[in-house]
Amino acid sequence: MSGRPGLLRLGPNCEKACDEKADGEEGTHLRLLPVAAVPYTRGCLCIRTAMKPPAFQYHDPKTLTEAVSLLGTLDNAKLLAGGQSLMPMLNMRFVLPDHVIDLNRVEGMSGIKEAGGTLEIGAMTRQRDLEFSDLVKAKCPLLHQAIMHIGHRQTRNRGTIGGSLCHLDPAAELVLVAMAHDATVVVVGPNGTREIAFADFPAGYLTPAIELNEIVTAIRIPLWPAGHKAAFIEFARRHGDFAIVSAAALLQIDGGKIARASLTIGGVAVAPVRAAEVENAITGQAPSTALFAKVCESCRSFEAMADIHASAEYRQHLAAVLSRRALEKAAGLADNAPWNRAH
Amino acid sequence: MTEKTDLTLRINGRDHSIRVEPRKTLVDAIREDCGLTGTHIGCEHGVCGACTVIVGHEAVRSCLMFAVQARGKPIRTVEGLAQGNTLHPLQRAFMTHHGLQCGFCTPGFLMLAANVLEKNPDIGDEELLDVLSSNLCRCTGYQNIIKAVRAAQEEMKPKVAAAE
Ligand SMILES: Cc1cc2nc3c(=O)[nH]c(=O)nc-3n(C[C@@H](O)[C@H](O)[C@H](O)COP(=O)(O)OP(=O)(O)OC[C@H]3O[C@@H](n4cnc5c(N)ncnc54)[C@H](O)[C@@H]3O)c2cc1C
Ligand code: FES
Ligand code: FES
Repeated sequence: MSGRPGLLRLGPNCEKACDEKADGEEGTHLRLLPVAAVPYTRGCLCIRTAMKPPAFQYHDPKTLTEAVSLLGTLDNAKLLAGGQSLMPMLNMRFVLPDHVIDLNRVEGMSGIKEAGGTLEIGAMTRQRDLEFSDLVKAKCPLLHQAIMHIGHRQTRNRGTIGGSLCHLDPAAELVLVAMAHDATVVVVGPNGTREIAFADFPAGYLTPAIELNEIVTAIRIPLWPAGHKAAFIEFARRHGDFAIVSAAALLQIDGGKIARASLTIGGVAVAPVRAAEVENAITGQAPSTALFAKVCESCRSFEAMADIHASAEYRQHLAAVLSRRALEKAAGLADNAPWNRAH
Repeated sequence: MTEKTDLTLRINGRDHSIRVEPRKTLVDAIREDCGLTGTHIGCEHGVCGACTVIVGHEAVRSCLMFAVQARGKPIRTVEGLAQGNTLHPLQRAFMTHHGLQCGFCTPGFLMLAANVLEKNPDIGDEELLDVLSSNLCRCTGYQNIIKAVRAAQEEMKPKVAAAE
């Protein structure tokens, strides 16, 4: 079932309803929405009259093999993880699947383990489990810091890491962490398993580079050496809201010099971007506020998007400021800075 | 229309056998099929928290879950807070501290606060503020809600300790 160009993929129910006919029992009308209307989470457009999920067939597989085979054979199917992004889109009828495949009862898709310097996290691991994981806290401080900024207690209770990566909101904290750590996404499909480097994972706005018949099973995060420094900073209207711009810094400091650096900025483009210029410029240098202030100016030249929350120029400004702050915080230079409070 | 499924929801210790379409959200099933209208529906897209209930041992937004997904899991709603004619400490505290005006948001706040105080009885002010900021209230200005939850926290503490 292909949608019209530039419009959401539609199910047969919708094609009918979109002729402005009433949709059965609820007597509601559906309209075709441009894809750009999807990011309800970042400033709802709410062009809709229906506020109930469309009809679909529900599938409740118990094994991954079963889930893969359902996804490979059913037409216009959607995977359901924590539902914290998909359910609002269903309720608003921005997404109209004929089949929903629920991953919540599939065995063996969650868990956090470390092996060979890599943290492997099952796709169905809840954000709340990451929040309380001692392993994450000890080995991956950036992820630990970032997790508290995702939505709220109730949404983290259900939302998963795999769902967040696949939903791929430009400002999603987990997407930023995956990019900062050069993570790898593990997917399985009818032809077996493959791994995707996170740099290649975003294919476009809210679109991961996975095939329609593939399921993300895990994410692998290569860990930095013990004692490395990490800082996550975001600017949002309120705590718990999606960030307007966010920044993540990782630093390994040996003998007073920066031996390795990672700086990533989220919310500016459709997917987080690595500030390679800054990373190169500070490697080999002694960390200082003056150095960071100087090199982070280059972040103003990132191509930035504009929406109802902020203009492109404002995002570029934030990119420079938050990059500097993230580096200062990671390097321990921001302990007395007024902006460096608990959140 | 898709085929309806038979399922049993265990709410506040009582089984409700219902027959619903898979697309029915948990909040709609609780209200329409189980007749428990204490849980409110506000935004229906996860933003307001009015529909907060406890599923298993976690507070969740019941508009972001399908009823079929709650099969086999204990559910608690606002109707389950009072013990007979004795109101729950949180309900009393909301009355005493004027934690509600129109009351629309109250069931959501009560279930969120109940879950939080049961899980972390010693929760600090800052964390409590953070947790409560997830639900919307259009009337009270939040201060009285926070006051009420803090007051109930004191009262709930010995009970939680005794129950353990
Ligand atoms: C009030 C509120 C505030 C929020 N605030 C934030 C925030 O600040 N930051 C943030 O990052 N997020 C935020 N979110 C969204 C976050 O909570 C979601 O958890 C996340 O975006 C999606 O994860 P999920 O597990 O809920 O996935 P779902 O909603 O179930 O799925 C999302 C998408 O991913 C696909 N998918 C899911 N799992 C897989 C898989 N294993 N393989 C392939 N495809 C898959 C689904 O088909 C769907 O298209 C918020 C949500 C709400 C309701
Ligand atoms: S009705 Fe569920 S969060 Fe608003
Ligand atoms: S009391 Fe009216 S919305 Fe909270």
